[in-house]
This record gives sequence, C-alpha cells and structure tokens, in this order.
Amino acid sequence: MAPTAFEYAPAPESRAVVDLAPSYGLFIDGEFTEGTGQDLRKTLAPATEEVLAEYTQAHEEDVDRAVRAARRAFTPWSALPGAERAKYLFRIARIIQERSRELAVLETLDNGKPIRETRDADLPLVAAHFFYYAGWADKLAYAGFGPDPRPVGVAAQVIPWNFPLLMLAWKVAPALATGNTVVLKPAETTPLSALFFADICRRAGLPRGVVNIVTGDGATGAALVGHPDVDKVAFTGSTAVGKEIARTVAGTSKRLTLELGGKGANIVFDDAPLDQAVEGIVNGIFFNQGQVCCAGSRLLVQESVHDELLDALKRRLATLRVGDPLDKNTDVGAINSAEQLDRITELAAAGEAEGAERWSPACELPTSGYWFAPTLFTGVTQAHRIAREEIFGPVLSVLTFRTPDEAVAKANNTPYGLSAGIWTEKGSRILKLADQLRAGVVWANTFNKFDPTSPFGGYKESGFGREGGRHGLEPYLAGGGRAGEPGGGPGEGHGKAAGGRGGGKAAGTRGGKAAGARAGKADGARSGKADGARSGKADEKASVKR
Amino acid sequence: MPTDAASPDAVTEARTGDPTGRPTSDAALRRLLHGLPGVDAVGLEARAATLGTRSIKTTAKAYALDLAISMIDLTTLEGADTPGKVRALCAKGAAPDPTDRTAPRVAAICVYPDMVATAKQALADAGAPGIHVASVATAFPAGRAALDVKLADTRAAVAAGADEIDMVIDRGAFLAGRYLQVYEEIQQVKAECGTAHLKVIFENGELATYDNIRRASWLAMLAGADFIKTSTGKVAVNATPPGTLLMLEAVRDFRAATGRQVGVKPAGGIRTAKDAVKYLVMVNETLGEDWLSPDWFRFGASSLLGDLLMQRQKLATGRYSGPDYVTVD
Repeated sequence: MAPTAFEYAPAPESRAVVDLAPSYGLFIDGEFTEGTGQDLRKTLAPATEEVLAEYTQAHEEDVDRAVRAARRAFTPWSALPGAERAKYLFRIARIIQERSRELAVLETLDNGKPIRETRDADLPLVAAHFFYYAGWADKLAYAGFGPDPRPVGVAAQVIPWNFPLLMLAWKVAPALATGNTVVLKPAETTPLSALFFADICRRAGLPRGVVNIVTGDGATGAALVGHPDVDKVAFTGSTAVGKEIARTVAGTSKRLTLELGGKGANIVFDDAPLDQAVEGIVNGIFFNQGQVCCAGSRLLVQESVHDELLDALKRRLATLRVGDPLDKNTDVGAINSAEQLDRITELAAAGEAEGAERWSPACELPTSGYWFAPTLFTGVTQAHRIAREEIFGPVLSVLTFRTPDEAVAKANNTPYGLSAGIWTEKGSRILKLADQLRAGVVWANTFNKFDPTSPFGGYKESGFGREGGRHGLEPYLAGGGRAGEPGGGPGEGHGKAAGGRGGGKAAGTRGGKAAGARAGKADGARSGKADGARSGKADEKASVKR
Repeated sequence: MPTDAASPDAVTEARTGDPTGRPTSDAALRRLLHGLPGVDAVGLEARAATLGTRSIKTTAKAYALDLAISMIDLTTLEGADTPGKVRALCAKGAAPDPTDRTAPRVAAICVYPDMVATAKQALADAGAPGIHVASVATAFPAGRAALDVKLADTRAAVAAGADEIDMVIDRGAFLAGRYLQVYEEIQQVKAECGTAHLKVIFENGELATYDNIRRASWLAMLAGADFIKTSTGKVAVNATPPGTLLMLEAVRDFRAATGRQVGVKPAGGIRTAKDAVKYLVMVNETLGEDWLSPDWFRFGASSLLGDLLMQRQKLATGRYSGPDYVTVD
C-alpha cells in the first residue's frame, strides 16, 4: 500500500561501479610499487567505519625514490611543447569525465560526503580544472609572466581530506600545464581517489615520473616537503601544519604556497534577498559538513532582520537530510574522521560553556560512523572561541551588527582571511565592502561558488599564493624578468579575488570569476571590474597591507 | 514580515499606514510591494535546480504519482472545444485509467465559461460530482476587456455552476504600476465568485522578473485570492520551477504574516510525471504537508495525466506500456 505521507524512499547510488583492491602500493615512476617499510595503513568509510582498503605508508626512502623519479622526468617533460603537454591534460580531463560516477562514489565512500556533492560539485570541478589548465599550457608566454616563463622543477604537493580529488586537481593541473613534475601526498584518511588518479595518469599515457603519488601520514608529508631536491612546496591544510612547513622551508630556495584555515564571515544586510541568503548560509556552512576552509562559519546578520532570518534558517535546517552519504537525497553526510569529530564536539561544547545558545534540528543520526548534527549557535560574541577558532564542521556561529562599519570590523577581526560573503541588494555596498574585507575571496549574494578561472587563496593566517585562474600559474613559473623575486614566499603580493556572481548585479563580475588582480603587478587592466578608480585604490591598499 | 497572525488588512495597514487597512493609492501599494525582500535570480534558480535532483523511488514515487493525479485541473481551453470533447475529458477525469479503477480522480475539469454547464452535467453523469468544474474568466487569456465585461464573464461562469474561477490579472496595468487597479479588479471578481474559489493568474512569462512575481503574489493574496496561478498556458513561457518556488515562498510567508493559507497552481508546460514529481518535492520541502493536498496545490495540465498513468502502470506491473494504453483526451 502506498504511504500516506511524502517520505522519500531510500535511493542509494550503487557501489558496484567502484572496484577496490584489498591494498594499494605507492605510485612512483609510472607504476605501483611496494613501500620499503612494508607497513600498511587502513582507510575507513567514515559513514560506517568499514575498512575500505589498505594503503602503503611511504617512508623517507620511498619519498626519495619518488622525488628522484620526478627529477628524471622533469627535463623531458618540461622540454615538451606546451601543446603536447596540453594533450595529456585534456586526455586526463576526458577520462575523469568518463569515470566521474565511479570517482564520485569512491570519493563519497572514502570521505563521507554526500554523493549529491561529489556528483554535482567535486567531480565536475575536477574535470573543469584539468580542462582549464590544459588550455593554458601552450599560452604561457602570453600569461603576463614574461616572454619565456620556465617551470620551477619538482613540486611537492600535500593535500587535505576535505576535497581529496579536487585539491589534487588544483595542485596537479597547473603544475603539469606549466611543465613541472609532481610528487603528491594525499591525506591519510582519504588516499583512494589519488591512487585512482594514478591509474588515470597511466591510462592517459602520461610519461613515467611526471606524477608520483606517495601515501602516508604526517611523517610522509614532512619527508616530502623537507626533501632537498624539491623546488616548490604547495600545501593545503591546517594553519598549524602550514606554519611547520613554512619553518621547514625557510632558508631554502624552495618556493612555497600555503592555503590554510579560515573563519569566513557571511554578512547579511537587512535589504538582502532573504530566501536566497538562507540558501547561501546553508551552503556556506553545511556544504561538505562544514569541512571547508572557506566555509561561512560566522554569520553576521544585521540586527533588524536577525529574528526573521533565524526563523527562516531554522525552518530550512529542519529539512536537511542527514544520513547515508550514498543516498542520492542526502544533504549532509558523515564527518571525515573520529579525530575531526572529537574536535567539533569539543568546540561545540565550549560554545555552550561560554554561554552561546545551541540549536539543532531534530534529526536521527546513524549509530555507526562519525556524525554531527547541523548546529547553530546564537548569541555568539567576538570573545567566544566558536567565533574565533576554525571548527571545520557543521557548526554556525551567529553574531549581529548594526552598521556596515561594524560588520566590516567584526568580519576582519580574525587571524584568518580566506573568504567572506555579502548579501545585499545594493550594488554599491557590495563594491565598498569587498574593498574593505581582508579576505582572499569575497562572494556577493552567493557563497562557496568555485570556478577554475577564479583565483583562490588567503590573507593573513589563511596562507599566501593563489590557486586557480591565471594567477594559479605563477607559483609554478620562474623567469620572465621576475627571477629575483621568490615566487611563493611571504613577500608575495596578495591578489584579491573580488568574486561576484552578478546576475545583473552592479558588481559587474560574474560566475564566481574573480576580477582579481595582484597588487603592484603590471597587470593594470582589471577586466570585469566596472569601477577603475575604485579598483586602483584597492590595489594600492592591498600592497600597503602586506 | 511580521510573524504573528494578523488579518491581511492589518498587514496592509502596517505597510501602507492607512488606518482603514485598505490600500488607497498606487503609491501605498507600491510601498508595500516594493518593500518585500528582493529575489536573487541566480540563487532562486539554483535552489529550484537542486530540489530537482531529488531521487523519488518506489513507495515515495507511488505516493507522488497518485497525489499528482489527484491534483490535476484537467484542462481544455481551445477555440475548437465542443460539448463532446468536454464530455470525454470529464469521463477521463472521473476514471483516468480504464484498466485500473484504483487510479485516483483528478481535482477539477478546467474549461471556458460556456462549457461549464456541459462539464457539470457530464461529471454528474459519470458519477463524479465531487470533481470540481473550474472556469477561466475575465477575458481569458489576455484580460483585455472592460471591467464590467470581465465581471459579467465571471458571473456567467458562476451561474452555470463553476466551483472555481481562474481569472487573469491585467498585466498591462501591473507593469505600468497601476497596482490599485489590479487590486480592485481582483476584489470585485472575488465578490462575483460567491462561494466559488478564486484562482488568480499572473502570466509569469509576461511579468518577466522574479521581483514582479513576488509582488503580484502578495497583491493577489491581499486582494483575496484563494489560489495563485502561474500562467494561462497560452504564452511562450509558462510554469517554471523557479517561478513556482517563488510563489510557494510567497504563500508560506503570507500565512506566517496573516494566518490565511493560499493555494498555488503551476500551469502550462508540465507534461511529464518526472516534472510533476519535482514540483511536489518543491512543495514538500518549502511548505510541507499542509500544502500537499488538492485543496492547496494543483497542476494545470492536459497531457500530464497520460504520462502519470503510464508511470503508474509501470510501477504496478514492472513494464512500460505506451500511449496506446492510456486514453487520448
């Protein structure tokens, strides 16, 4: 008999598309090899705590083998004409598209995020990054980095667990397009999609040693970034580890880019499109269970609409579907690891202890696996830990403001500076605030929108260097009259991705494409930004700030 | 919007400052309607698209298909309509699936005013007097006639036994900012309706912007509409998921502000069961159970019923049939 209420029946995506081996080796010099230490680690499905596969802990000798393979491959790879390198990248992008369902299911299994996200966000973006940087490979002389920009050499890349394959794409695609070779270490809780990517490289016929994947824990990562024959280090992850890496690299000739934590402010004015703002807030903090470095984890709402917005937000949160990440109707999946769950739990408890009011919708959490209900805290002040520390979980801190100046002051009052969002129907206010906010990405009337053409990166303790867009080429290029300037170091200018997604808005930028420009660079024409004088001023300020 | 229950008049008063609670000028209504929160087009469309990715299977699908059938205003609005055609449509509405009498009946038969009496009789003959007869009126579909003609049109339909009146607003007046004229027209048509329910059609495709759709929704609800309806089905752009989602948000907010619940009817262009289920998902996740009934949500459609029945047969038998196994009209 048909049910009497509209309750969605389970709609699980099939796991059968993913063929997992019981254990995986290291991908070095074009083939999978055993590690020297012979010790294996387990990777779990966070939704069930089921062991998915074993993988190899790479030791120093293994890392050395990988770096040497990358060094050997560098000379012939970098000598290829750009159009030839592009062929491989286009091929990789195509294979990713063809295998996108398999990779989406794999990513959901290993990471715990919903299939809706891996299918509709992660995988399309991964393919888009490879397509985008494939297009740059034969146009580097026209990218604004001098007439003959050269690759840097061997890139050591260490990526986090929150977007395993997407962060790989952000790192590998620009490195290969510019003629570098890479050794990449995926996160210890999510190694599988990188290992599948190794297979894709093989199938694409990528020359041996151009991409090497070494798996393991923090010790592997430390060995990789500390290896003397590495020319460039790119890290995405926590600020604490980022600082360690900066210390390791200091005093060497290695270039460094860091993309670290954040405590993004999502600022809602009383004239905002409220229904869409609610969606943006939800997307800002519950996308990927809030395990996003640029998450809008602080909601700054104008006092005059606080109650109305909070009512609407709570009503919307009650419709979020938390549970089996492989179910196509799941909105919020599992937390990636027990360790991360502990941290979220601890910080949420601190929020309560410090006097903020905690609220979660009624939702039944699965009994096995790592789960945390969508949570919001009201009555939060700047003095609370949950307003200052990165929680990296589905926990939103709600603060209020009265005037635009107060909103900016509170938004900037953080050691981080990665992302911010502005919700208002007033275009001039968007432009003004985007200049004042010390965040690498500023979204207008949207949040968590990504596009390979848009530079992404942080201010302050959120790191330095930009990934994505034309800017994302620079960390992997040397030469062009800028040889004396160390590319990625802390002295690097901070480009601001004044991201907007116009929809006819006065901000004039579209599709999350940043009208980003690097301070003090000869790239005067900031395409896409309407107000030349204003953007000129912004550039000046950015250079003063650093 | 205030969240405590109040009468529509109180809302009007609060927003217009007019102590009688009745808007007295275009300016007063403009202040009210233009004071509503704006709509971000990209965000609205993204939300509607995301809801469209819900995967509705097995028991949920069976529930949704039957619910959708029971919400259909089975429609024929052609110059070539004859009593015979209308009788055939009524027979289909009363027993949609000749091979399976458990299929639910449709909500209403929607015709031009001159066919109302025919439809009433045909439904009685088919043993389904519970199915409503809805009649378009007020110089449908353009709405370009003198007010007394529109009122007479409505009167005739009601006199012939129409249970529901689907009126069109004067889009020209709305776009020119003559909100008071639109408001008063709706009020007067409502007065002619008596006990018949009034659905107010905006013709979203001609209002063009989402801000306009939100304003038209509030204007119609304030003037007394029982239902708000997207389109006539006679222009290039008819019901769309984002436009309908916006109207769902409007009725939700209106009930929160006034305590009065208003129904929503997307019409035109919804032809497949898959599309219909997406609309039901939108209702479910925006408004919840309170609106998941033919009393509060309708589909204005004709060919949709055939696809719903085919999907229903597929679910019951495990096999796809084909258009030869459902009736043509």
